[in-house]
Amino acid sequence: MEKQTVNVNINGVDCEVLAGQNVLEACRSVGVEIPYFCYHPNLQVAGSCRMCLIYTGMPARDRATGELLKNDDGTVKIAFAPKPSIACGTKVAEGMHIITNSKEVENCRKAVIEFLLLNHPLDCPICDKAGECKLQEYAHKYGNAESRFVENKNVKPKRVEVAGKIIMDSERCIECSRCIRFCREFIGRDIFGFTKRGSKTEISVYPGGDNDSNYLLNVVDGCPVGALTEKAFRFQMRTWFLKATKSICAESSAGVNTRVWSREGKIYRITPRRNQAVNETWMSDSGRYIYRRFEQKNRLSVPRIDSSPCELQYAIDRCMEIMKLGNIAIVANAWQTVEEQFVIAELAKACGAKVHMVSHLGEDDGKLVSADRTPNMRGAFVTGLVKEYPKADLRGLAESVRAGEVKTVLCFREDLNDLGFEPKDFKAANIIYCGALENSTSQIAKICVPMRGEFEKYGMWINRQFRIQRFEKAVEAPKDTISDISFLLTVLRDVSKQSFAMPSISEVRKRMCAEIPALKGCENVGDEGKLIDASAFADIDFPESDAMHYTKKNPQTEASARESETK
Amino acid sequence: MAAVQTRIIYEHIDLEGWNASIEKYMSVGGYGILKNTVARPREELCAEMEKSKLRGRGGAGFPTGMKWKFVDRKSGKPVYLVCNADESEPGTCKDRLIIYQDPHKLIEGIMCTAYAINAKQAFIYIRGEYTNGYRILINAIAEARAKGFVGENICGSGYGCDITVCRGAGCYVCGEETGLISSLAGGRAYPRIKPPYFPAAMGLYDCPTVVNNVETLCWVPIVFKEGGEAVSKIGSPADPGTHIWGVSGLVQKPGRYEIVSGACTLGELLYDLCGGPLPGRRLKAVIPGGSSMKILKWDEKFRVKQPDGSEKEIRTEDIRLDAQSFMACGTALGSCGVIVMDNTVDIVEALANLNQFYAHESCGQCTPCREGTLWMSRITRRICEGWGRPEDVELLMSVADNMCGRTICALGEGAAWPTQSNLGKFKDEYCEKIRRQQTMGGQARADNNAYRLI
Repeated sequence: MEKQTVNVNINGVDCEVLAGQNVLEACRSVGVEIPYFCYHPNLQVAGSCRMCLIYTGMPARDRATGELLKNDDGTVKIAFAPKPSIACGTKVAEGMHIITNSKEVENCRKAVIEFLLLNHPLDCPICDKAGECKLQEYAHKYGNAESRFVENKNVKPKRVEVAGKIIMDSERCIECSRCIRFCREFIGRDIFGFTKRGSKTEISVYPGGDNDSNYLLNVVDGCPVGALTEKAFRFQMRTWFLKATKSICAESSAGVNTRVWSREGKIYRITPRRNQAVNETWMSDSGRYIYRRFEQKNRLSVPRIDSSPCELQYAIDRCMEIMKLGNIAIVANAWQTVEEQFVIAELAKACGAKVHMVSHLGEDDGKLVSADRTPNMRGAFVTGLVKEYPKADLRGLAESVRAGEVKTVLCFREDLNDLGFEPKDFKAANIIYCGALENSTSQIAKICVPMRGEFEKYGMWINRQFRIQRFEKAVEAPKDTISDISFLLTVLRDVSKQSFAMPSISEVRKRMCAEIPALKGCENVGDEGKLIDASAFADIDFPESDAMHYTKKNPQTEASARESETK
Repeated sequence: MAAVQTRIIYEHIDLEGWNASIEKYMSVGGYGILKNTVARPREELCAEMEKSKLRGRGGAGFPTGMKWKFVDRKSGKPVYLVCNADESEPGTCKDRLIIYQDPHKLIEGIMCTAYAINAKQAFIYIRGEYTNGYRILINAIAEARAKGFVGENICGSGYGCDITVCRGAGCYVCGEETGLISSLAGGRAYPRIKPPYFPAAMGLYDCPTVVNNVETLCWVPIVFKEGGEAVSKIGSPADPGTHIWGVSGLVQKPGRYEIVSGACTLGELLYDLCGGPLPGRRLKAVIPGGSSMKILKWDEKFRVKQPDGSEKEIRTEDIRLDAQSFMACGTALGSCGVIVMDNTVDIVEALANLNQFYAHESCGQCTPCREGTLWMSRITRRICEGWGRPEDVELLMSVADNMCGRTICALGEGAAWPTQSNLGKFKDEYCEKIRRQQTMGGQARADNNAYRLI
């Protein structure tokens, strides 16, 4: 679809920008940054901070004839508006002239920063937002070194707890109303609101009522200053010490794009990353804390054979020995990356094993937590691990174990005990458990191989829209753990008895993309992911219901429409 | 030319034996115009309005006919009419009398306008402090409804329109039309950004809306009856009709005076009608149109262009009472609320008072006005309390300049203009006051007032 563009002149340079955009986005698209506080690309325009003031003008026309007026030197005369206008609330138009770098514009910005700082507490040293605070950033750029304000600052409520997870500080608030608009437009009800008037305006929440929501913490990310801070992250770490890693939320098949913030191997928080076609700028609160699954006390950190600790290599060697006996079943999972699932498919082929999977279903909230609570069930379809949507248990496999048809179960992550296996079944077959976390299966399995969690590996997942997305490794794995892919490749090399040319993930990826038609050209997907051909799975009944940027009937059209809209 | 009142809008006000009942109003031919109006085609009525060149009386002076013309009639959404009776500009008190004494004149005006713009629902947004006015309006509407002038099938025409009266909660910014619309829709009285929220296209409930002042609406039946052309010939051609001047402050006879536009000068109004300054005093300054307009020094001289193109020097008292003349002198007649100050008034105190008002009434939505008004108020208050610093004059001016023209609504400018014009014209007084405080026992006062800054 051809996108319409208009020609504008930004600071004397002619540019072509998309039609229908506001001036702020248009300028950003050609690399001219305009500072702002209240504007948010996914919320309605409020136009209240007045930070993005710029001057715009249109070619002057003769009122009577409608002809363009010319300057003395023959250039087109531009009639500039006498007053500055807000870049976020002004739409670009053909022939528009925009000035963002004049002395007047600079004065406007300086004035707004001075006004905002009048009653803003100077507590950056103890503020969690410091380092990623818009006010701090712009104050550095446009603020006066010395304040002209000798009066007393306003006093407002501080340290007010909201829904048990946010600490609200009205004094720091610059009344941008982003949190109010977010709750109204995304959550769908009013949680935050202003009380009082003028400079005494306070941000507050509805007293008494239920102010909680699974998306409430997005207001913390949206807050341009430190007025709303996350209780769990408060005073934990200065933001400039944290390393951000691009990741994908493993909470559900929505495939929310995230940033994982870590320092020295410890994850401190997870925040959403903008992807207009998937999660816009939002994520669920529950998804922010899934890194806590991998706390030390839950980790499977030592390889074990028959419940006694051993060397990792020894455990792997034993696995391979057992697998040589044949009659293998593999229990794969949908937290594994597409690459891992591809190798599992190869392994299953090589040793004639059947692959079993389990569905993990929950309630679909119609937004960013989908019914399928695994991030990569689509990947299992694409790699051919499953042909129809898996059941919620493994009774079928348990039956086969009891019937003696299966002698070895290679189980990744799933807790067999919960899924239809009985204690005696663990005696009937050799259970090899590979996972990052302890569970009741790991306690009694014959061999336990410690694996790496989602934050300790990298790869690709395919979300409910059939969008393949890349995530990076955020933290180092504990020693004595092995990544799924290394383990699988080692076993595969041994079982297939052939020099299998896949020593690394990139090699696996290359071969996978060559072999699976749907994944053609997916070796290097960008940050926004890539929709793949899903026509082969059109008649599979996926459990997700219609949600943000996803329609059950036609996920592809909906998602690609969003994509073209934002590009 | 001596100043005379010409009572058109105020024709019944303060008449002996007059009351607000519908019988009284009908006995002088009231609602007759409405009966004729609903039989006429709407295009003709709107054309009449445009021909009259009548300007809105709320303060901005926007041509009413134009406002009606901008209404988006193609959207298919309902059109609303809102009567702005939130008269809260300090110094302005003209609408109050109409509501209290002649509510049916307003109701007839509303119904005529509603018919002309094809609105099926009209609202009167009345200032919260006008509690009696609210009751009077409710009563009057009930009376008019009983007689078939409000509600379904007005005068047998098949056209129907209802009027709902809505009370404000005491907020100055509700006088701004988009702020009023937000408040009427149940939200905080936050003025909205234009674009996209031009009331004519996205007003109340995002539907096309016409917001007119009480006095403007009272003009509508007169325009429909006399014809636009006849009304356009009353007074100054560019600003036809009469103005109701609400004179307050230090004159002998403050009050409301309805005068044909341009018929007399400011001096004639203040001396002939209002009786001049109090005995033994001299006029010092005049704020011409409600507190937001730029102040005029009484002994100021202006060079204005005459109609024939030549320039002439005039004094403040020679300014003719119409929009153009005030504009030529760098101010505006606004809502015609004249505030008069004489030589006993401390201009710094007067500004401190105004600034306190704006700091209290700023809605707090956009940054410059929210922070600027309170800052200016604190500076002027500080100067009045004896804590002025020589640099405060410059500072005050710069704060006002940083506010002016950078806010969402016009009230940011309205709050900056008094300071700008005061400092521009009375800078000496500010400097003198600060200098006196500093030389004469400034320290002593500082010790006494030390608690204030702690």
